[in-house]
Amino acid sequence: MTAVSMTVNGKPVTADVDPRTLLVQFLREHLRLTGTHVGCDTSQCGACVVHIDGKAMKSCTMFAWQADGANVTTIEGLANGAALHPMQEAFREHHGLQCGYCTPGMIMAAVDIVKRKGHDLDDRTIREELDGNLCRCTGYHNIVKAIAAGARAMK
Amino acid sequence: MYAFTYHRPTTVRQAANLLAKHEDAKLLAGGHSLIPVMKLRLASPPVLIDLSKVEGLSGIELKGRSIVIGAMTRHNDVARSKELQEHLPALAEVPAAIGDPHVRHVGTIGGSVANNDPNADYPAACLGLGATIVTSKRKIAADDFFTGMFSTALEPDEIITKISFPIAKKAAYQKFKHPASGFALVGVFVSKRASDIRVAVTGAGANGVFRVKAFEEALAQRFTPKSLDGLSIKPDGLNSDIHASAEYRAHLVGVLARRAVADAVKR
Ligand SMILES: Cc1cc2nc3c(=O)[nH]c(=O)nc-3n(C[C@H](O)[C@H](O)[C@H](O)COP(=O)(O)OP(=O)(O)OC[C@H]3O[C@@H](n4cnc5c(N)ncnc54)[C@H](O)[C@@H]3O)c2cc1C
Ligand code: FES
Ligand code: FES
Repeated sequence: MTAVSMTVNGKPVTADVDPRTLLVQFLREHLRLTGTHVGCDTSQCGACVVHIDGKAMKSCTMFAWQADGANVTTIEGLANGAALHPMQEAFREHHGLQCGYCTPGMIMAAVDIVKRKGHDLDDRTIREELDGNLCRCTGYHNIVKAIAAGARAMK
Repeated sequence: MYAFTYHRPTTVRQAANLLAKHEDAKLLAGGHSLIPVMKLRLASPPVLIDLSKVEGLSGIELKGRSIVIGAMTRHNDVARSKELQEHLPALAEVPAAIGDPHVRHVGTIGGSVANNDPNADYPAACLGLGATIVTSKRKIAADDFFTGMFSTALEPDEIITKISFPIAKKAAYQKFKHPASGFALVGVFVSKRASDIRVAVTGAGANGVFRVKAFEEALAQRFTPKSLDGLSIKPDGLNSDIHASAEYRAHLVGVLARRAVADAVKR
């Protein structure tokens, strides 16, 4: 077993885990933060994307101990109480989801895109930047619309 | 995944000592090649030596007529480097074409070069620029470093610390992405420095990355896509699989080499 400590959504957490524990397992099974999903477990789909020290990463391809000391934000950490984050609100407004399985990863990726590329995003940029996030339902059109609107709303 | 223990050394020397001490131990950089194969139980290192706490392994520096990149420098940081945009933009294009933004936040140049995946992008850039791989023990020319599919000249207890790329004003990388994996079905890196012309190919060779001497000689006459007129490479010894036949890969090498030279000339 190994001791890990990190800050998750602003709260300090500490636990003893098997070194094999992936960050996504730690979040879901130890902290019961089940908003972060496992879609593929093979580093392809992006359902597990969280922010580590402000950068989007795939939490299925990282051991929990690699995030020791880090600041982790999950989908649960975006909203401000009952008020949705502007990117979450944009997904709701523009129908950017159907089953919702990919949505937490899409939204975490979207917020990261805005951080890197700014608030005025054209469709092409958004589609390129979504290379690491797969959706099996929507056909992406409304996800792209939602991200463009969410990016503007985050100004 | 099989159980393992891990260490987080803070100096290259400590990491090298740990690697020498534990048989079958593996270094962990970004983990974006190693963790997936551990999940599949294709690798089962009993000990992992994480390089993320080792001082001085990240960063990009202009040194004389070379750009030196630390082994732990992430793909995204290389892609966005100001030094590279100014002095060697073709090298910045290589990590920009790797995987997706999340992968680029984590994956490292050292891990990619050590892994020597036959469809990886960085090996083409190293060979195509005549880079020098600097390790905990010695300096290895790229021409001697890549020894075959997933194999390199690295000894079991050797650690890549940095990679030095000579600046070539005319250089470019062209990648034909596999539509599903995003890896290079074929990728061609070309460069021209004084007398040294290089054409390096990834994705196509059954033994990994290789140079195309016939193209290099033709380009030495005149560095323009026209110099490649009538030239092609033979499919013998190229990969053939469900994704592409050896003939198709051979064809792509010619197409991408011409495009890369055309791009390089424009710089
Ligand atoms: C979804 C996805 C898409 C990808 N797409 C591409 C792509 O399009 N093109 C591409 O080229 N790659 C691609 N990759 C691979 C990615 O670039 C990896 O990050 C890279 O190959 C390995 O780097 P790493 O830092 O993650 O190394 P790790 O996985 O940590 O290590 C890889 C190997 O190198 C060894 N190693 C690591 N660092 C050192 C060192 N300093 N000295 C000696 N040995 C070392 C390790 O022991 C291990 O054997 C992709 C990966 C994923 C998950
Ligand atoms: S679950 Fe992590 S990328 Fe699919
Ligand atoms: S909404 Fe179902 S996978 Fe994207």
